[in-house]
Amino acid sequence: MKGLLKFITCGSVDDGKSTLIGHILYDAKLIYADQEKALELDSKVGSRSGDIDYSLLLDGLMAEREQGITIDVAYRYFTTDNRSFIVADTPGHEEYTRNMAVGASFADLAVILIDASQGVLVQTRRHARICKLMGIRHFVFAVNKMDLVKYSKSRFDEIVKQIEELKNELLLDDIYIIPLSATEGDNVTVKSENIPWYNGVPLLQYLETVDVDSSEEEEGFYLPVQRVCRPDHTFRGFQGQIESGSISVGDEIVTLPSNEKAHVKQILMTDKDVKTAFKGQPVTITLDKEVDVSRGCVITKDTNLASYQELTASILWMDDEQLTAGKDYLVKLGTKTISGIVSEIKYAVDVNTGEHIPADSLTKNGIAVCTILLAEPIAVDLFSKHKTLGELILIDRVSNMTSACGVVDSVEEKADDAKKASFVLGSLEARGDIFEEFFYDTSSLNVLKYQPVKETYTKGDTIPVEGESYKYPDSFDIIVLRDSVAVKVRDRKITDIVPTSEYSYGGVPVVNGRGFEVLADSNEKIQQFLSEYSNLKSINDADFFAKWVKFDTYRKIAIQNR
Amino acid sequence: MSQLSHLDELEAEAIYIIREVAAECEKPVMLYSIGKDSSVMLHLAMKAFYPEKPPFPFLHIDTTWKFKDMIKFRDDIAKKLGIEMLVYTNEEGVKKGINPFDHGAAYTDIMKTQALKQALNKYGFTAAFGGGRRDEEKSRAKERIFSFRNKAQAWDPKNQRPEMWKLYNTKINKGESIRVFPISNWTEKDIWQYIQREKIDIVPLYFAAKRPVVYRDGNIIMVDDDRFPLKEGEVPELKSVRFRTLGCYPLTGGIESTATTLDEIIDETLSSVSSERTSRVIDNEAQGSMERRKREGYF
Repeated sequence: MKGLLKFITCGSVDDGKSTLIGHILYDAKLIYADQEKALELDSKVGSRSGDIDYSLLLDGLMAEREQGITIDVAYRYFTTDNRSFIVADTPGHEEYTRNMAVGASFADLAVILIDASQGVLVQTRRHARICKLMGIRHFVFAVNKMDLVKYSKSRFDEIVKQIEELKNELLLDDIYIIPLSATEGDNVTVKSENIPWYNGVPLLQYLETVDVDSSEEEEGFYLPVQRVCRPDHTFRGFQGQIESGSISVGDEIVTLPSNEKAHVKQILMTDKDVKTAFKGQPVTITLDKEVDVSRGCVITKDTNLASYQELTASILWMDDEQLTAGKDYLVKLGTKTISGIVSEIKYAVDVNTGEHIPADSLTKNGIAVCTILLAEPIAVDLFSKHKTLGELILIDRVSNMTSACGVVDSVEEKADDAKKASFVLGSLEARGDIFEEFFYDTSSLNVLKYQPVKETYTKGDTIPVEGESYKYPDSFDIIVLRDSVAVKVRDRKITDIVPTSEYSYGGVPVVNGRGFEVLADSNEKIQQFLSEYSNLKSINDADFFAKWVKFDTYRKIAIQNR
Repeated sequence: MSQLSHLDELEAEAIYIIREVAAECEKPVMLYSIGKDSSVMLHLAMKAFYPEKPPFPFLHIDTTWKFKDMIKFRDDIAKKLGIEMLVYTNEEGVKKGINPFDHGAAYTDIMKTQALKQALNKYGFTAAFGGGRRDEEKSRAKERIFSFRNKAQAWDPKNQRPEMWKLYNTKINKGESIRVFPISNWTEKDIWQYIQREKIDIVPLYFAAKRPVVYRDGNIIMVDDDRFPLKEGEVPELKSVRFRTLGCYPLTGGIESTATTLDEIIDETLSSVSSERTSRVIDNEAQGSMERRKREGYF
């Protein structure tokens, strides 16, 4: 028996999507008797024609029955002798395109219906384009209502030509074309005698046998962290679902965006200890050392994954309120939710022709390619390389609406810098967040920060103690807690870099890794500060920072328009 | 490379959803109805957070008309697993003597829908897990996994938030809430097979046994206590029956069956010709009644 097939039906209004699925369920005796009874009763009460109206099986909302249309996606579950299916029946009206996209994001295969008397319509092209955008690789074009064109082969051939054009334009790799009639049952579950010139298989048979597992494996292992499990101070596990590859106890992993290395100590597959876990499994992983990982971070192995702050994405706009370049949204990508600005709309895409149109705004159901600037670098990749880290939604900060969905097309390559340490001496490395610039962005009305081009400094080097949003004393010490490293600066020169365990207070001001003043003026207090930090349950503990550090001693917020 | 089974995939999806809610929502709760779907949900929650306990409480809306066996099961399982089980009853309704015999649809509204709303308000829960499945009913087939409720706790089916991939949007404003259905994509067969695979405890009422029943309007109703008003000439008979869904005993139709093991139940379910909700008396009232109740705040 083949694995589960998740598919959608889409196409223009009245192309007969719900009727087609209703007919499959009915023919294959896949509906329960009482639903069948309800269906017949419903038909008598409120159908558009006199016969059984198969679409009533799926159009379950009152408004849908009243208007005779599909508004939202319906999910149906059925099993034949050969395969289990989940089908999402999606609305054809342009108004409800976003609901169609919801179905597309979930499916492995799309059945796109085309009315034989109408041919390929704008809405057909829109749906095919969105399916492709959302990552669907397998397409069946069901040329429906063949009975209305007298089962004409020449009409079918004309439509095949239109489909081939669409295929070439959208670079669809796997397509199958079937002439059928959903109301009459031609080529739905059994091969039609009315269409003898068709040599292929009927729709259901095709769906039962099509292979959708062929999609290439993604490179390496990655696990976006959903939550940190901390039942007591002895256990700190990272929980999430493995998105690709496998992981075994003892493997070396790399964390993103903190770029730390550690080894896997224990793997729990839900509540069971395992030695190895695979793609798709929900796990809890513990590591052999403390790393800077919280929800939204990613644990990786054997990948080229990295952190980026700027990306380009193809997005589908789904909000009644239009998108305007420069507006700030919440971006959800993987398990990370972060502030981000749609800094530029590069171009909008004409859903019909695929043409690129210059645009500075985007309205509902429109597709565009835009640049998104995130508040800080996070693990992200191209949709085509690591799917889960290339999918995103934009959430409106006021209405909380899911305003857009999109896929990452490219990332800005400045990210390698993020890996580079700023302070290095022998094997000691520490990050240089003290050089980050904090600024109030006048277009998004948000406080953001960015890291200027990174330099690496070692003992004897002179460092810039003044930037646009910071001014440190000429002599001070930096304690980078996350790297357990202290840097001593005298007369703007680095005089030493030591592990925090060997650090003692030197009578000069002390800042933390981000350049905030540490409120400690004696060695005793410094040691207390370090020991409290090492006992923290979470390194994001706000109380700890509120007690120990002060932002505005050496820092301020600059005003910029980026 | 190992390939996940259908049940493994459903389990992974549900656990992912449950963890997302725990990580992102301010004050979640898991609705617990004592039925088989709730038993599966509870089991999934225990697995999702292990070695931690679920970081949220469980809530049972007690209409005071549940089967006695259900209440005993609820109290036993909460104790055994060491979870926090909140029980809420609409005392106002009890005082007014609202019951399923005299008050029909109003009973469901007052003792279930209103009670649920009161409980969610009382504790200030911002997200509530429910065990709804899309294969149960046509309006449920249309509902998102994260289903948004406005300040009046009502569902607006014509304007649901898009839900793409696994990127669930949990953002709400004050007073609003989300109902979350982690087992949306499970079918009744999946539920039974999972219960069998995971050896999950369920209420004995799911297994056939001799029980005192009466036949009313094509339904088999169990006489669970002496509050049941027998009609003239009506005498409870002892029949071997079991229940496919559990709710308030006067509103829950049983089926004649001799299935006393999970294997037999699964066999019966697979060959069954009626979908499970037909044995729920309230669902058959009118076309669209489930949607209407959901709009009003029913789960």
